[in-house]
Amino acid sequence: MKLAGVMSNWAELSFEERMATVEFRLSERAHIEVDSDVCRSCTTKACVHACPANLFAPTSDGGILFNYEQCFECGTCYMVCNSEGAITWTYPDGGHGVVFRNG
Amino acid sequence: MTFDAVVVGAGPAGSAAALALARAGRSVVMVERGPFPGSKNVYGGVVYGRILDEVIPRWWEEVPVQRWVVRRSTMILTDTQAVTLDLRSQAWGREPYNGMTVLRADFDSWLAGHAVDAGARLLTSTVATGLLRDASGRVCGVRTDRPDGDLRARVVIACDGVNSFLAKEAGLMARADAAHVTLGAKEVLALPAEVIEDRFGLGPHEGLDIEAVGGTSGVAGGGFLYTNRDSLSVGVVVSLEELAASRRRPEELIAGFKAHPAIAPYLKGAFLKEYSAHLIPEGGYSTMPPLAADGLLVAGDAAAMTLAAGIWLEGVNFAIGAGLAAGRAAAEAVAAGDVSTAGLGSYRQALERSFVLRDHKRLRLAPQLVLSDRMQTQYTKVLGDIAEELFTVTNPEPKPGLLRIIWRSLRRHRVRGRDLLRDGLDTARTFR
Repeated sequence: MKLAGVMSNWAELSFEERMATVEFRLSERAHIEVDSDVCRSCTTKACVHACPANLFAPTSDGGILFNYEQCFECGTCYMVCNSEGAITWTYPDGGHGVVFRNG
Repeated sequence: MTFDAVVVGAGPAGSAAALALARAGRSVVMVERGPFPGSKNVYGGVVYGRILDEVIPRWWEEVPVQRWVVRRSTMILTDTQAVTLDLRSQAWGREPYNGMTVLRADFDSWLAGHAVDAGARLLTSTVATGLLRDASGRVCGVRTDRPDGDLRARVVIACDGVNSFLAKEAGLMARADAAHVTLGAKEVLALPAEVIEDRFGLGPHEGLDIEAVGGTSGVAGGGFLYTNRDSLSVGVVVSLEELAASRRRPEELIAGFKAHPAIAPYLKGAFLKEYSAHLIPEGGYSTMPPLAADGLLVAGDAAAMTLAAGIWLEGVNFAIGAGLAAGRAAAEAVAAGDVSTAGLGSYRQALERSFVLRDHKRLRLAPQLVLSDRMQTQYTKVLGDIAEELFTVTNPEPKPGLLRIIWRSLRRHRVRGRDLLRDGLDTARTFR
């Protein structure tokens, strides 16, 4: 069974509850790599806001902390990244990652 | 063994390509990275099935449809206004049907099943990690992430979606192209079928598709709402560059669209069933990569074949059309013993004769026109004000003439005459 639904009043819906509606088959290998040395010189950090799964967080020393586990595999992060190569992005191993049921 | 063809991706393009190859008697294997076809896919609306007529007779008797679209609304939204063209046709709810809403997990699995029935092999949970090349540099298969996972083939058809790492590896497209890609972010909201039918004025199997320009909190793009059997799909499609510059979050933009006074009442009582997001290659004709290289064809989103032309938003049908053409061209090239770029050239020729490239070529200016600043901010407001003034009764003042209303609205929103003229000509040229 799917996880129980949550009320659509978006103001009351936490991001964790939102992501809990999506099925993920976790891979042990991280399919995203971020070169935080490059990020420290980045002024826009567009990945932080644009990622629909909210996987990127700025750190106090100007780097980027990221989580690959609840990734939609959309590619937004590397497309908006203004520093060539700061985000290395591949697909998760076959059969792993997001599984959309209502896409 | 060497297959006649390896098709990467079992979405609509890949399954159509594999179906055409298998029917031509060619050995073909589909490589799908998800656990089942459709598991990685998200779309924003409607599958138009006419292209299926030529391969699956009476497909409507078996397709996993959610609802047949008999009602479609094109909305122009400002913060406080909605101008809607609402069209309903009962003919669309009867054979041979026009468009349908589907869930991609169901639809893509169904189409892949037809390819398998025709003799194609389907390898799920397998990522094609790179291209194999022979000594002369021609593509001759793919590497996969399975142990001993090399798959050799005379032709590789890359139907691996908007991020197509295979087309990138082949040098056919740039690593990242945020200027010509949009982000679609979607919520599927559960709502009982009877409520959907009462709320939207629909019969038991009938569906509605709403496509909106604006309503995206000032970020260039639009919103959509369409009916599934017992759920609604609602979301936004926005320019990736503008989204990044705006520093707004995608789920905030969905929330803004859902809160619009023309949309909010439709969603009452519906609760979130699944949140999703996907990139869309919306740049159109001028952003398409070369469609063939030695031993390689590209089809579907991998070749930027989604049509985003304002009043026409189509993709799955273009992917199927291109996949069929790619599969047929590959089968002919293998039979003729020439899978070079030239030998595979009949693919592009077939597409140029079909709707796939004819529509895209004709509508090549549309994507930038729809997402332009003037269209998104000025013209929507001009239209909203014209409609509102036209139907605001001003008694005891007599009604102003229509030309005066239009003139006032254009002045109020500072539309320059030469911009209007140029955009008008572009629009006329595009949609003529």
